[in-house]
Amino acid sequence: MYQMAKLSRGDILKLAQLAQLELTDGEIDKFQKELSEILGYVEQLQNVNVEGLQPTYQVTGLKNVTRKDEIIDYGVSQAELLKNVPTLENKQIKVRRVL
Amino acid sequence: MVAIMNKWQAITVIANDVQAGKTSARDLVEQSLAIIDAKKDYKALIAICRERALERAKDIDDRIKNNQKIGRLAGIPFIAKDNFLAFGAKTTAASNILKNFEAPYQATAIERLEAEGAICVAKANMDAFAHGSSTENSDFFTTLNPNDKTRVPGGSSGGSATAVILDMVPFALGTDTGGSIRLPASFCGAVGYKPTYGLVSRSGVIAMASSTDVVGPLARTVADVALILDVMSGRDPLDSTSVEKDAKGYQLQTANYKPQTAIIGVVKEYMDKNVDNGVKEQINYAIDKLAKTGAKIKEISLPSLPLALAAYYIICPAEISSNLNRYDGQRFGFSYKNATNLDDSYKKSRSIGFGAEAKRRIMIGTYVLSSGYYDAYYKKAQTVRTKLIHEFNKVFEEVDFLIGPTAPTTAFKIGENSKQPLKMYLTDIMTVASNLAGIPAISIPAGTNQKLPIGLQIMAPQKHDKQLLELANVAEGLLK
Repeated sequence: MYQMAKLSRGDILKLAQLAQLELTDGEIDKFQKELSEILGYVEQLQNVNVEGLQPTYQVTGLKNVTRKDEIIDYGVSQAELLKNVPTLENKQIKVRRVL
Repeated sequence: MVAIMNKWQAITVIANDVQAGKTSARDLVEQSLAIIDAKKDYKALIAICRERALERAKDIDDRIKNNQKIGRLAGIPFIAKDNFLAFGAKTTAASNILKNFEAPYQATAIERLEAEGAICVAKANMDAFAHGSSTENSDFFTTLNPNDKTRVPGGSSGGSATAVILDMVPFALGTDTGGSIRLPASFCGAVGYKPTYGLVSRSGVIAMASSTDVVGPLARTVADVALILDVMSGRDPLDSTSVEKDAKGYQLQTANYKPQTAIIGVVKEYMDKNVDNGVKEQINYAIDKLAKTGAKIKEISLPSLPLALAAYYIICPAEISSNLNRYDGQRFGFSYKNATNLDDSYKKSRSIGFGAEAKRRIMIGTYVLSSGYYDAYYKKAQTVRTKLIHEFNKVFEEVDFLIGPTAPTTAFKIGENSKQPLKMYLTDIMTVASNLAGIPAISIPAGTNQKLPIGLQIMAPQKHDKQLLELANVAEGLLK
């Protein structure tokens, strides 16, 4: 199999923290093994010679696609747009205090 | 009780019959719903849009009675993968976190189909958020292969491919980020089309990896997918990455295409020892058939092709981790009610709402984008992507098309790969390169191995969708 990019339990916990996820002990063990294996596989790119090449972030060749700054009515009501909000109060999205 | 017919006719034929009053949109929708009901044990669908479909059918039939012209898809029932925002049912992306999500607007692709008279009758099962190659990553259930119930239909658009092969509808919609239309088409025996990147608007389609996501059709024939592509494609102000369609469109005209003018490259790296012999035999048979038409066949090599999957499994999770950040339990989607503070609300909502594969990909994406690893993983992968694109550009100076299998094997058993994420990722080995390069690719049925369908994959340069569909149409005729 592929070389293992050894991820520690601490690495997994740090990643979970960055990704806003809470993992169970079982998930931590599982991801430690699986992520190490997957990263071991993708590490084959490290030895590829890419001298003189730039990264590709998009493939359309489009540049600076702009539009007029004007209101277009798509016929979607405010109520429709808010119907999936978990906690709505006076047409405002209610979240827990930030500070 | 509606009598169940055997097979759908060509889409243009059905639409003309509806317009001419020989059949009604209502009959077609009822026909479709009856088959859906009769084949529900394959678990291809998440929701049925019965009420809205019947309402739309009535509206179309009423307009026809008033001598109004409907459109090229008059009364045609179709099924959309459940990552398309559509009215008539919930839009879940087969995920628990969106289990109760109701689309406030529809995807542009759906709007364009409806404008020509098509009717969405159901939403298809998929791997949750399109993360997978088998539908086993659906948070709800696994779809069964229409040819063998012990096997997967492929994924992530597995419900769409299954629905087409079970004749629930004349066509279905899928999305293809790394092979998610072509792989299930191959495993089920359908035609699956992945257009040039940007040719179909992504507006209203739940994002997976934005730089490779495309929308495309699955159907029984190349002519049908060409027609559907023609209806959906073209620039959309709601998707700034969308591109103009070919001035001549994509609908196949009468057989005026001459395959003897084509130069077809057989991809050496796609015909190596990793491909099952039974698959290789059928692909070689198809290549021989094409050679006999006078088409020129040339073996070609893209040395960086074996690196495409590794690059993809860095780029794709990176974009996924970014795109899935919006699911935080505050504005839509599952929200954990008893959180102690805002941070706890984010974490609990995401941790309960996301399935294992979404979490796995978020974690990998977060890793390759994190400081200290960004250059070594993400930037490197995007640069290898450039190298691959250069190789494609170079071979397309020599050949018009590339050909090979869609997948190295036929459909695998349910459960065979589901405990080994890396092994599952390797299923995409022959499909991801065209996503990274943004080029069009099609999978068409090319015989069977031990009664399981095999897919022939043909690729073409960016924006050569029309030529690709024309060649695929010839190949389809040769393989019937």
